[in-house]
Amino acid sequence: MIAGIRIGHGVRLATMLLAMLALCLGIVLGSGALAASASTAPAPTPTPTESGDFTTTYTIGGILRDGDTLIEGAEITVAGAGGYSEVATTDDTGRWSVAVPAKGDYTVTLDPESLPDGVQLRDPDKASAVVSATEWQTNTITRSFPLGADTRQTTGFFEQFLQRLVAGLNFGLLIALAAIGITLIFGTTGLNNFAHGEMVTFGAIIAWIAAVLLGINIFIAMLIALVLGGVFGYLNDWLLWKPLRKKGVKLVQAMIVSIGLAIALRYLYLFFIGGDTKTMSVGLSDAVALGPVRITTGSILSMIISVVVLVLVGLFLTRTRIGKATRAVSDNPSLAAASGIDVDRIIRIVWVLSGALAALAGVMLALYRQVSWDMGFQVLLLMFAAVTLGGLGSAYGALVGSIVVGLFVELSTLFIPPDLKYAAALVVLIVVLLVRPQGILGRKERIG
Amino acid sequence: MDWGNILGNAVGEIISPTTAAYALAAIGLGVHFGYTGLLNFGQAAFLLIGAYGFAIPTLAGAPLVVAVLCAIACSVIFAFILGIPTLRLRADYLAIVTIAAAEVVRYIVTTTGLTDFTGAANGLSGFKGTFAAINPIPAGTYGFGPFTYNEYDWWIRIVGWVLVALASVLVFLLMRSPWGRVVKGIREDEDAVRSLGKNVYSYKMQALVIGGGLGSIAGIIFILPRAVQPANYTTGLTFFIWTIMLLGGAATIFGPIVGSMIFWVVLSLTQGILYGAIESGALPFVSTTQAGQIRFILVGVALMLLVIFRPQGIFGNKKELSFSV
Repeated sequence: MIAGIRIGHGVRLATMLLAMLALCLGIVLGSGALAASASTAPAPTPTPTESGDFTTTYTIGGILRDGDTLIEGAEITVAGAGGYSEVATTDDTGRWSVAVPAKGDYTVTLDPESLPDGVQLRDPDKASAVVSATEWQTNTITRSFPLGADTRQTTGFFEQFLQRLVAGLNFGLLIALAAIGITLIFGTTGLNNFAHGEMVTFGAIIAWIAAVLLGINIFIAMLIALVLGGVFGYLNDWLLWKPLRKKGVKLVQAMIVSIGLAIALRYLYLFFIGGDTKTMSVGLSDAVALGPVRITTGSILSMIISVVVLVLVGLFLTRTRIGKATRAVSDNPSLAAASGIDVDRIIRIVWVLSGALAALAGVMLALYRQVSWDMGFQVLLLMFAAVTLGGLGSAYGALVGSIVVGLFVELSTLFIPPDLKYAAALVVLIVVLLVRPQGILGRKERIG
Repeated sequence: MDWGNILGNAVGEIISPTTAAYALAAIGLGVHFGYTGLLNFGQAAFLLIGAYGFAIPTLAGAPLVVAVLCAIACSVIFAFILGIPTLRLRADYLAIVTIAAAEVVRYIVTTTGLTDFTGAANGLSGFKGTFAAINPIPAGTYGFGPFTYNEYDWWIRIVGWVLVALASVLVFLLMRSPWGRVVKGIREDEDAVRSLGKNVYSYKMQALVIGGGLGSIAGIIFILPRAVQPANYTTGLTFFIWTIMLLGGAATIFGPIVGSMIFWVVLSLTQGILYGAIESGALPFVSTTQAGQIRFILVGVALMLLVIFRPQGIFGNKKELSFSV
């Protein structure tokens, strides 16, 4: 009953998480500073192309201003190939423009000396800009030179850290919801279900159809998604995996079947809902400022629901007869069958539970970052990373792994470009396997 | 429906460079999975590394041979990076780690911070000069019927299929050699081979490097008729290569080649027929974009049915079935 002990830890961990969450909220409420919002530089308006001239003119231009003050008399030099050079002076509306002979590469330089007293370039190194030949989609190219002191407020590292921490915790809990399904299925049947991401997408699409298309209240939509997700999990087992188990299909074979299923389902979703991202506008996107942390009501809700559901799953696995039977099957299916447990029934229950949890995770994910046909597949690898990090087959491990992955994805953006954040989490997976192949909480014998 | 055109396009796929590239990648994957039993789900990464390893030096002015060697060297290094942490682990861990590593590599070449080297999401183009320069075929159009191409298209096809043939011969000879018997032994029973005093880890690593090297050459062939696009190297590419390999037979010489030909001919045929049916109004509720998606639904279903009902593929031997786990 080793799986049982581990799942028992799961409950304790869930309470720990609740405590952590409360702590975070405490810190957040304690410090009173408001989150700083970034004010962007004024967008330059394009210079109107002169009309009345029937030959095509190509112009480079822009508006020079310091905050709301328009700058007059500043000199801007446009230089191009073949020794071409033209100087423009800004007029009383701050506008300047240069007609250039052809589409091509140009360098635009602002003479800082010509600026009025007290006005400076925001970044002294950016006195010149480049226009490349490939940019000439239209006949007019705009270049702007930000002036004055840098008015964009930067948030302090600590505030950003807190912001990312909360986001990471939210994302981690969300992954945990779906990853527990993966780990339960793996534990009871030995299958690495690559179609799990599609169960997540299924929940999101159902919730989107119910809440946005049919206008049903989001909480009822969530329940519908939960129930239909369970049905979907049941159908998965009944139509595909149970016959395959009867047929004696090997595990690697089954894994590749799940990949085929994932491809088929994913393109089926694409076929029906199309490739564009669907907005989940259900009124839960109001930002609440909790101290330095800005968080949407949807995220708060999703964290609360995740924690409650995770605790319930933990209680189910440790306190109920079926839960105990599930752990017994996880541990040793033959022994469980010999002691009178209906293994097929338990596996069916696990599929229903996993389907429901995955669908719920899908709804949360939809609230967190909208609905698209491949959204589940995008997080599938993170779920696998979480499960593998924690140790395959361990529910407690899946939870810890998920939180680690979630935090890592969000916190890594403090140091690396945001478009690499998923890569960072996957690198951590590889590194952990290098030093601790059985995962954080796995047992050595499981690595084979 | 223009059946002549549809069939012509489909037949043309038999010798297209893309078919050759997928066949080569599937041969490499066959060395991994078919012969050695390694669950490599990151073959797309080897193609990616081959593509960028070739394109970046070429754009920097390197001669053709240097660029090709660079692509192969990069894939060898990547195979080591991938193999060191994972080859000691159980098969399913290897699957997850290889798929993760492939995604990491794709995220890295797509990141905007490296635009100067990789072109970020736009990818790279303009690297065909050195390859076209050594083309011995005089300019012009050659061939008959659906096989009418200009000199560059013929050159890619000839080089691509010669490489496929060389790779097949290499794999055939390797698998007949004592080395091949050891790796097949690893596939069947790792512990038995270990008890004979063989260094299983080292053999697995060698198989990973060889299959990965073939994958990187496939990556070069793959980009010669097109540009390098990071979006081409998603896990979907890996899964298609798997489908091709399993279709023909994982542990066979001709399996990957025939699998690739069937895969592309069927994709081209279904596309042609679906588009034709939509244009003639036979499928009023489907758009042409959706027709493209139906093909991938079919790929997924085909993969499932194949693995369930004929896991050894068309040419495979049921006894040499490698689903031992």
